[in-house]
Amino acid sequence: MLKRLVTSREAILLGAIVVLLGLIATRFPAFVAPANLANVFNDTSPLILLALGQMVVILTKCIDLSVAANLALSGMVVSMLNVVAPGVPVPVILVVAVGLGTLMGMFNGLLVWKVSIPPIVVTLGTMTIYRGIIFLISNGKWVNSHEMSPAFKAFPRAAFLGLPVLSWIAIFAVIAFFVLMTRTTLGRAFYAVGGHPHAAVYAGINVGRTQFWAYTLSGALAGLTGYLWVSRYAVAYVDIAGGFELTVVAACVIGGISIAGGLGSVGGALLGALFLGVVSNALPVINVSPFWQLAISGGAIIIAVAFNAQANRTKGRVILKSAEHAA
Amino acid sequence: MSAMKKVLSTVAVAATMAAAGTAANAEDMRIALVVKALGIGFFEAAAKGAEEAAAELGDTEIIYTGPTDTTAEGQIEVINSLIAQGVDAIAISANDPDALVPSLKKAMQRGITVISWDSGVAEEGRQMHLNPSSTELIGNTILKLAADHMPDGGDVAILSASATATNQNAWIEAAKAVLPNYPGVNLVSTVYGDDLSDKSYREAQGLMATYPDLKAIIAPTTVGILASCQAVTDEGKIGQVNVTGLGLPSEMAGCVGSGATTSFAIWNPIDLGYAATYIAHELAAGNAVAEAGASIPMGRIGDVMLDDTNSGAMSDPFTYDASNIEDFKSIF
Repeated sequence: MLKRLVTSREAILLGAIVVLLGLIATRFPAFVAPANLANVFNDTSPLILLALGQMVVILTKCIDLSVAANLALSGMVVSMLNVVAPGVPVPVILVVAVGLGTLMGMFNGLLVWKVSIPPIVVTLGTMTIYRGIIFLISNGKWVNSHEMSPAFKAFPRAAFLGLPVLSWIAIFAVIAFFVLMTRTTLGRAFYAVGGHPHAAVYAGINVGRTQFWAYTLSGALAGLTGYLWVSRYAVAYVDIAGGFELTVVAACVIGGISIAGGLGSVGGALLGALFLGVVSNALPVINVSPFWQLAISGGAIIIAVAFNAQANRTKGRVILKSAEHAA
Repeated sequence: MSAMKKVLSTVAVAATMAAAGTAANAEDMRIALVVKALGIGFFEAAAKGAEEAAAELGDTEIIYTGPTDTTAEGQIEVINSLIAQGVDAIAISANDPDALVPSLKKAMQRGITVISWDSGVAEEGRQMHLNPSSTELIGNTILKLAADHMPDGGDVAILSASATATNQNAWIEAAKAVLPNYPGVNLVSTVYGDDLSDKSYREAQGLMATYPDLKAIIAPTTVGILASCQAVTDEGKIGQVNVTGLGLPSEMAGCVGSGATTSFAIWNPIDLGYAATYIAHELAAGNAVAEAGASIPMGRIGDVMLDDTNSGAMSDPFTYDASNIEDFKSIF
């Protein structure tokens, strides 16, 4: 029953994206050309990567507000590394970016697990700390396009089977996360911890450690995206991806991942990110006033949350409540 | 970082004082240079100019500060803390012309000299405003930069910062006003990238998709011009779409090198920080009065003449292209 519900939710979202594309096509037909749709997907890839990490964290009843700051710091470090040592090959850059992101994620996870600070407070704090560290290491200076080596900038753009590497990374991550979430003990543990932490403990799952791994995954993806981001836009500075953490959370919420934890899917995160990606890519070409753009994005979030509340209601919470009272 | 700079400059000032043995003159004039947000190359350069003016004036300490994001709320907090510290003067580049007025009024009531520079504050919130250049001149320059490289005319579009940015809007209005002087140049759209590289990049892509015959993108903002340049490069439209506007040489060197940008303009931010500091010092020291028609010295740059709204222009914007970018890219 739950499975059917989730599938139908995703079907609704997919339908919404198709309707949206249809509406955009009436005003700007070239938007739905395959080449442009591939561009939109490529542009949305960083959001998809971060949304996958955020999904895992939200599933365990936590939230990671530090993803954008983690991205910016990892991006700045690899850009500065590239300036100092232009000869360092891209695979090493990737390892550094992912490694650094992972460490920052682990730091969040440890604070949540071992120090038991509420997740929103931990990541609000580390968000500011990570941004602050960028100031410290960069002295507020920018790393610009002409300072980066050609190989550093070329990696996410390199075409492979018709799509840029950036898109392929997103596709690969979606598949990997689908397998992780549906076929591994850790993946199922994420759901168990968020769905019912007490029951999860009785099932022998360490709640804190599972949350730690969720943060670690989210951090690793943020680090990876950090490199992809700075090389794609060919600039690194303190404010890159400012406020992006909220877009990532919004993508998850639109994708039907319950903020209360335990409910959501890889497909949902993917579709939620794509929905926002389509909106943000379409708004510039259909001549909507910039003052309306924010309102439209916000409206989409409210509608998605309304759907979510509806979905949660049919889960039968009332029965659980009466059972609680009886006990 | 600003805290560290402050410590460093305090140490430097202390060291100078000790060396000169002027212990009697312990009361340094403290001038706060408040910027839109820390970590923006343009403002970092302005801070350099402020330090230069401070060194020239002597007995002056610069407090370079600002919020970490470009919000009026962040600047209000900064101003309140500066009032609490009892600085002698505040020179601010505002994120919002009206929102800062109450805090700045409070500062003036406490005897603090308040001037705005770069991006202005409403008249009642400051004693004077220093424009980097005149709005009309900048509006004309950005349009001219685009028109110069399209002899047959064609479509141009503007990519600005946020839709409420005071200075960008004034420049765009001025550019629109002189549009009739450039026959054949057709301004098709104005879009807003909010000074975020990803949003600006997307808006630039959108412009190229919507207007296939676009000849130039004019971005009067450093984030926007870089993002547009990258978008044009990625679309393979170098030579077809010319990106121009206002940018910093150190950031634009790559764009000029690749040919995505033929030329761009900016006033010298070092001069701007220098001039703002000099003026703030002269006003706070009582050497000059900010009133309509007054002339206030700006050290090596000359004098600024104030108009009816107590604002004045520093100098003309300067055009950078392949011939001079190499000389300037290491400066700012």
